[in-house]
Amino acid sequence: MTKTFRMDEAQPRLLDETGQGIVGAPLDRPEGPKKVSGRAAYAADGLPENAAHGVLVRATIPQGRVTRIDESSVSEVAGLLGVFHGPKMTRNPAQGMAGAAPVQPGNEVHYHGQPIALVVAESFEAARDAAQRLVVSYDADADVITDPSRSETHEQDDPETAGDFEAAFAASEVTLDRTYTTAPHAAAAMEPHAAVAEWEGDALTLRGALQMLRFNKKELADSLGIDPEQVRILSPYIGGGFGSKLGIGPEAVAAALAARELGRPVRVVMSRQTVFDTVLRRTETSQRLRLGADKDGRLRALSHDDLVSNIRDEGFAEPVSQASQFLYGAEGLSFTQTLARVCRTPTGSVRAPGEAVGMLALEQAMDELAEELGICPVELRLKNLPDKNPMTDQPFSATRLADCLREGAEQFGWAGRKPMGERREGDWYVGMGVASAARSNMLIKSAARVRLTGDGAVVETDMTDIGTGSYAILGQITAEMLGLPVAKVEVRLGDTSFPGASGSGGSFGASSAGSATFLAAKAIRETLAERMGCSLSELTLQNGIARGGNREMPLSELVDEELVEEASVEAGDTADSHFSAGFGAHFAEVAVHVYTGEVRVRRMLGVMAMGRILNEKTARSQALGGMIWGLGSALTEKLTHDPRTGHLATRDLANYHVPAHADVPGDLKVVFLEERDDMANPIQTKGIGELGISGAGAAILNAVRNACGARVYDMPATPDRVIAAMDAAGF
Amino acid sequence: MREFDYTRAETLSGAAGQLGENASIIAGGTNLLDLMKIQVMTPSRLVDITRIDGLRDVSEDGEGLRIGALVTNSELAADPRVREGWPLLSRAILAGASGQIRNKATTGGNLLQRTRCPYFYDTAMPCNKRNPGEGCSAKEGDGRMLAIFGTSEHCLAAHPSDMAVALAALRAEVEICAPHGDARRVPISELYKLPGDRPDIETVLAPDDIITAVHLPAPQADTRQVYKKVRDRASYAFALVSVGVAVAMDGDRIASVSCAIGGVAPKPWTDPEIEKALAGQTPSDEVFGQAADKALTQARCQPDTEFKKPLLRRTLIAALREATGLAASAPGVETARIPA
Ligand SMILES: Cc1cc2nc3c(=O)[nH]c(=O)nc-3n(C[C@H](O)[C@H](O)[C@H](O)COP(=O)(O)OP(=O)(O)OC[C@H]3O[C@@H](n4cnc5c(N)ncnc54)[C@H](O)[C@@H]3O)c2cc1C
Ligand code: SF4
Repeated sequence: MTKTFRMDEAQPRLLDETGQGIVGAPLDRPEGPKKVSGRAAYAADGLPENAAHGVLVRATIPQGRVTRIDESSVSEVAGLLGVFHGPKMTRNPAQGMAGAAPVQPGNEVHYHGQPIALVVAESFEAARDAAQRLVVSYDADADVITDPSRSETHEQDDPETAGDFEAAFAASEVTLDRTYTTAPHAAAAMEPHAAVAEWEGDALTLRGALQMLRFNKKELADSLGIDPEQVRILSPYIGGGFGSKLGIGPEAVAAALAARELGRPVRVVMSRQTVFDTVLRRTETSQRLRLGADKDGRLRALSHDDLVSNIRDEGFAEPVSQASQFLYGAEGLSFTQTLARVCRTPTGSVRAPGEAVGMLALEQAMDELAEELGICPVELRLKNLPDKNPMTDQPFSATRLADCLREGAEQFGWAGRKPMGERREGDWYVGMGVASAARSNMLIKSAARVRLTGDGAVVETDMTDIGTGSYAILGQITAEMLGLPVAKVEVRLGDTSFPGASGSGGSFGASSAGSATFLAAKAIRETLAERMGCSLSELTLQNGIARGGNREMPLSELVDEELVEEASVEAGDTADSHFSAGFGAHFAEVAVHVYTGEVRVRRMLGVMAMGRILNEKTARSQALGGMIWGLGSALTEKLTHDPRTGHLATRDLANYHVPAHADVPGDLKVVFLEERDDMANPIQTKGIGELGISGAGAAILNAVRNACGARVYDMPATPDRVIAAMDAAGF
Repeated sequence: MREFDYTRAETLSGAAGQLGENASIIAGGTNLLDLMKIQVMTPSRLVDITRIDGLRDVSEDGEGLRIGALVTNSELAADPRVREGWPLLSRAILAGASGQIRNKATTGGNLLQRTRCPYFYDTAMPCNKRNPGEGCSAKEGDGRMLAIFGTSEHCLAAHPSDMAVALAALRAEVEICAPHGDARRVPISELYKLPGDRPDIETVLAPDDIITAVHLPAPQADTRQVYKKVRDRASYAFALVSVGVAVAMDGDRIASVSCAIGGVAPKPWTDPEIEKALAGQTPSDEVFGQAADKALTQARCQPDTEFKKPLLRRTLIAALREATGLAASAPGVETARIPA
């Protein structure tokens, strides 16, 4: 029986009382040695005997219809097994948590790069050769719209407002009206999307690289027109996701279709170029920020309007102004989103959708306002921190943003920041910048099973580990709750035959799957207390020994037959009564070359309060990785679309520039402030994976301005743009 | 990848005998194999030259250094003689690619690597360099990496090698072995052909020519050598603009400069006007800027490459500031010290 729990009120902080003392400890990942020695089998590694190899073929027109796929053009390729296409092929990966098939466009083409067929052969090499040779005829549409600035495709939402923005803006003593643009981004996970499909009768087993199995199972079944119960997905190790593996992908659907037809297993691994072409990217944005304030620095009006894009029939639109809606209060607030429908690679969630790009604009605008007012940027932020969500009036469940800003300023040496352009070392200008960090937090329905066998325990859930540390933290929570050394807890993930969890996305995995695991273990504690004849509060579990009611007993004696508990958790009243978000502050010091405009980040500090930290090491890695993403979005990362066809010209990692080691400062530091979020979930945690990005890039760009006067409105701030901005600023 | 024959050559003449139309030499393979996988290059035969003796050494040949065609980029950059006498070359090599690629990449292969124009890599898009006469997709396309000097209406692509820029600034010569004839030497700047109406023909090499070595002339005493590469991230990216300079000073004045520019032309770009404008001058930003302006009169830009004009000017100034000592405490400046 699954014990269900709704988060309707604050829960006792049990993890602060338990005796094992392992929650929060900076432990290594238990699966780490397997990964670094190549023994962790990723999706493409589990090659069944007799497997055939498939390669996806892309459309090479931006819009129109496929009129013919000429199979005779590849008939001479030795080992060819078939060319698969038809109504079940999917246009792109499903959006996160869709739970239903992605668009299946039949013979229609909606973007250059869309997968339109799968070529299968005895060897990967033959399949790839045939995929390149396959002759496809099209009926191409004229006048295709690939440019999001063309307004005839624009869909505009009504503004979301609080108070009267226009009146407050008009009444403000100082106003600012700026437009910033950000480049489209790729998740660029190291492992390309891969699937191995194998049928046994009507039952399909898919080894995939997927983040959210509970949903993926339904998406795959729906795509194939079968019952979800016929599908089992295995995804024990994932080589990075960052949102790109939230939904079922074309590689998985195509592999399953071909495997059923051929009656043998089929493996499909996307080439790096195909990953760029067809996997959901982050939209480009154009963002208009209007701020109004009084001379003393109190914000009166804040408006954040954005233009984003997606392909037709996709429900997702990057929630650009998400953080702007709660980070600072003002009398008048207004947020309008415009969505352009274009023939480009579809857009979806990429790490910190919304905040990752929205805060680049908001936090630069705040810096500009501080400058305009002659107020220290840290002070300006401190002056404008609301005590409740200004749009919804919900109180914050927990926020230490003010502490993060103050502590960060102190530790970073912010007082030593010089006026703009006044610090020069050799041919480099040097400057400092600051930005707030914020990312909303969620609890998503999740279930987990815990088995206590005596001196060891097993955790089972379909939760995934995309490199983030799920194995580590679920083991720690269980060990803590059951009083076992972590080495005695085995964590089994990534299998849809286990209880369904949130999956990895939106930074909610650790809190959601972690809470379910906690609750299952808590149920076991109740049984143990009963067996010990003591109350739950008297029970202490430590190193395999139970104590309570003046008794002491090894768990191995207390547990004869395995104790099994399954629990599930879901959001409840606290999600309405309170608003939960992670907060932090980023500080950056950069050097800008006086002549060439090259920017080098010299050091960065992120001070963050993100609820209870479950594992100090994996949490830190998440925060550091996030900050590096912030660096990429500010300085280096940019997908380029061909202006005619809309297809990606930057289709590999030589042309899409994620930060290299040399871009990342050695002095990159994260400090966590102690916090418990009682309203968030029963373990008082918050999401971690995305807060590090949110605002980090803005701190860097604000430092660029402080260094050399350049305010770069179009990101990333590549050397040419920095030079132009320095010229504009008279530097 | 298409099926191909593979031959492992033991001797130069054996290799040359296997070459010809639709055969390709393979050295490190770091560029060729990538292009074969995506069928941008589809040779029917690969001739592996890596087992041929005598191509792996760096030796002093009386005039300077002789660098065998198979010396890897990593070995060459680390060679103490190179670091000492031709630091520009070490720096340029280390500014390119990644450690893993440089371990595999060879001197000959580096010189002959193909352009990084994104349309050259995309067989769905017309490209005159791949298929002469098909058209040039880069023209109204994504043009950030294109050239601004020496292009034609048929091709706007830039040569991506950093090493070649250093070799051009150092006035190196390429030693070429033809099957029926003696080895000949060609100055590096004459190795490459401008695209004209045949952008597929990139060098003066015949299909069965093999590069056997590169000759570096002895550097002038006390030159200060700088390689400055500006790119879209700090490492592991091709140059937007790069500048290699070797400067000899005469007291406070510049005695002579030898200079080559990368990322801006279908070959390492050299312009005697730059060197003329600098010789005999007292170093200053103004003098350096004027020299850059001389070169820039030849520039022909697309909207996407307009930025290369100011960037080139500024990069040349920055490099010359380092080389002439105007830039205070500039990391990366090395004075060439010639062993006695
Ligand atoms: C991701 C990435 C980033 C890179 N970044 C940079 C960079 O920033 N700067 C830079 O300069 N380079 C860069 N490179 C390119 C790299 O330097 C080249 O790939 C390498 O130098 C090629 O050498 P190779 O020996 O592997 O050549 P191969 O791939 O073996 O051959 C290249 C070509 O040269 C021909 N060839 C080879 N040897 C001979 C010979 N002796 N005689 C006649 N023909 C010959 C081959 O037939 C082939 O056409 C990068 C490469 C990659 C993949
Ligand atoms: S610039 Fe040259 S390489 Fe690029 S598409 Fe045009 S012809 Fe091809």
